[in-house]
Amino acid sequence: MVLQSVKNCLWMSCVLRTPKAYFWSTASGGLIIQSVSNDVYQNLAVEDWIHDHMDLEKQQVLFLWRNSPAVVIGRHQNPWQECNLRLLRQKNIKLARRRSGGGTVYHDLGNINLTFFTSRKKYERMENLKLVVKALKALRPQLDVRVTDRYDILLDRQYKISGTAAKLGRTNAYHHCTLLCNADKCVLSSVLKSPSKGLKSNATPSVPALVKNLFEEDPSLTSEMLLDAIAKEYAVQHQIDHHITLINPTDETLLPGISDKTKELQTWEWVYGKTPKFSISTCLNMVYKDSVLDVKVNMDVKHGRIEVCNIDLPEQWLPPGLYSELVKSLTGSKFCPNETTTLVTTLLRLCPQDDELHSRWSLLCENMIRLM
Amino acid sequence: VCIHRVRSCSSIRFIKSKYVCVFDKSALKFSHQQRLFRTSAVSCGQIVQFKLSDIGEGITEVTVKEWYVKEGDSVSQFDSICEVQSDKASVTITSRYDGIIRKLHYSIDDIAFVGKPLVDIEIDASKGVASEEDVVETPPMSHEEHTHQEIKGHKTLATPAVRRLAMENNIKLSEVVGTGKDNRILKEDILNYLAKQTGAILPPSPKAEIVPPQRRAEAVPAAPKDKARKIPVPVSRPIAFAGKDKTEPVTGFQKAMVKTMSAALKIPHFGYSDEVDLTQLVQLREELKPLAEMRGVKLSFMPFFMKAASLGLLQYPILNSSLDENCQNVTYKASHNIGVAMDTGQGLIVPNVKNVQVCSVFDIAVELNRLQSLGSAGQLGTSDLTGGTFTLSNIGTIGGTYAKPVILPPEVAIGALGKIQVLPRFNSKGEVFKAQIMNVSWSADHRIIDGATMARFSNLWKSYLENPASMLLDLK
Repeated sequence: MVLQSVKNCLWMSCVLRTPKAYFWSTASGGLIIQSVSNDVYQNLAVEDWIHDHMDLEKQQVLFLWRNSPAVVIGRHQNPWQECNLRLLRQKNIKLARRRSGGGTVYHDLGNINLTFFTSRKKYERMENLKLVVKALKALRPQLDVRVTDRYDILLDRQYKISGTAAKLGRTNAYHHCTLLCNADKCVLSSVLKSPSKGLKSNATPSVPALVKNLFEEDPSLTSEMLLDAIAKEYAVQHQIDHHITLINPTDETLLPGISDKTKELQTWEWVYGKTPKFSISTCLNMVYKDSVLDVKVNMDVKHGRIEVCNIDLPEQWLPPGLYSELVKSLTGSKFCPNETTTLVTTLLRLCPQDDELHSRWSLLCENMIRLM
Repeated sequence: VCIHRVRSCSSIRFIKSKYVCVFDKSALKFSHQQRLFRTSAVSCGQIVQFKLSDIGEGITEVTVKEWYVKEGDSVSQFDSICEVQSDKASVTITSRYDGIIRKLHYSIDDIAFVGKPLVDIEIDASKGVASEEDVVETPPMSHEEHTHQEIKGHKTLATPAVRRLAMENNIKLSEVVGTGKDNRILKEDILNYLAKQTGAILPPSPKAEIVPPQRRAEAVPAAPKDKARKIPVPVSRPIAFAGKDKTEPVTGFQKAMVKTMSAALKIPHFGYSDEVDLTQLVQLREELKPLAEMRGVKLSFMPFFMKAASLGLLQYPILNSSLDENCQNVTYKASHNIGVAMDTGQGLIVPNVKNVQVCSVFDIAVELNRLQSLGSAGQLGTSDLTGGTFTLSNIGTIGGTYAKPVILPPEVAIGALGKIQVLPRFNSKGEVFKAQIMNVSWSADHRIIDGATMARFSNLWKSYLENPASMLLDLK
């Protein structure tokens, strides 16, 4: 495997004085690049950049990347429905929304991502997946891997080792897929289990599947070996050199505008705000002074913000003025624990300093925040 | 090609256009619509039904997931219209025409069919169909996904850095004259273009004469060309500014601020400021920092400020009290829950350290570390943010000297700490020495706190900090 670093590229291009042009328009019909970063947002931004800026008529690109622990939801999915957000926050696992469709996946360094960039006309997912299977079989002929018509790759006919998603634009398209080499299955299953009840939405649901790591099938396999095998097969099929060019997603000279793209992918408005409209209808079981209160809560959330909020409290449990203040504050604010905590603690400043009242308020608010 | 159409309101029939248009006939349909009759002769645009084009892979139907436009919006060719999804593929549909959206044929979550109309676009009659030669290049970076850097027809040569500079300044490369090789646009060309736009002063260029771009006839600037003068004279010209006001609702953190500050308005504030010589404290902290680090804790000045404040509050408990709504009763709080103002990405939050009166400086440092990491991660809990009795705001970490902090109800006092500056001061022998000076600005509720109390508290607090060893005498 020959790795040619970007530095060499750029040094040469300094001599030629057209860095971008040299790097991107190689004479051949294909380019294999690998990200040096494990940041999910930076890597997704590279996908966006190539999709938006590259001319893929004459040249196709294979992009190889891996991420440190992250959950990636599809373009039109609902993070509250798809994963355990509380657990993600506790474990410091990032949440990202990609621009392609499809379902939710868990990424860590034991999972590799492959993105096949083509022009819109040459968009062909089956071919790409067949390429991956061919590469795997060339590496380990005994592996029982095959492509299904749902564009999954199955191991031993029952375990999913790869999921697919795609994005089509006006002139360009990309198809990316994962490949489970040695991911942490424990964390995977726990974070992809959502605790939310009573959530109704038209967001794309994920289809849960039994998964297995290729490493479990053959412990001699590593992520690097898989990446290399796939790159080799791609090179053969596109008749190009088996070179993997390293790319730094923070290089603004090579990828002008990339930092803006990276930033956008991390904004709340993108990750949470793009959630299709949904409603929550649930019952809070609050334990208060030896009794259990059943409090029905109904909320409509649009663009990640609470549009409508109804809390069915026993009469006079909270002073009516305070209850209406709570509902008024929540309406229009983000369906987000941080923002709600700030709002409710502020409201507490403004009401009478009564311990009983404070404890009821805290109880109710903590239960509400747990929904987010 | 121009199309005139007169519509009548009383009949459903329409009058066919007299002129044959040069459009792709398959995309064209005359819509049977009932419109209001206009007395003035308005030349209306042609309504074109934009159909959903082939997605590929034999897909015939997709789900509409998001609209980027609404009826009445104007769109340009290549603008994104909507996002549709089909079997794990998300497709961005872009407009083929310039015009105004007149009808959306589907709602969110509807199934849309390939080959059937997606939107109706009214094309501006005078413009006709947008020509494929349109120079679409370097529009300013928008927040939408559809930024295009393709250049059709005209090829403008410029390096990525130059393109970015143009993009950041909302400059169309087609309007800049390039002075490099092959008419390549250089950085200097962009800067000169900018200078002419805003009348900025630029040092006279050492290179050859810069050809001004063909713009509307204006007074020739005397500045950059006149090499005899050292400083060019700025010429005032109307500055073309394309910015627009942006209105957004007050939500979230800002809403909380609005509520708190409006309530704080009811409190009659008075201020009291002083300067504190922290020379000894700075030295002490330097000595203690590595010890704290060994225990895994980052030691800042705040724990010292907070402990000293707590010791002061023991002597002047009225500063740690709360006045009820009717100003009938004052409650002296037993716990010193000292709040620390924190600046997060979204705004101001004030978590508090509980019971500082029974905490050591190190305990306070540990708790502060915990609150700071939770605060920056946006994970502070309700108990961290409630129950505060007194607040310190270390605005000095950002900058500033004296401030006028606003009391956070239901508290009655607050202190703002400025930055530590190295300033010359006189010692007892009359010699000038280097002192580490910090300013403090207190605000207190004048309904129950008088100036003398505040002053005495401040002096006590100051004495603890100026001579940290004295804290040892009173530590509980």
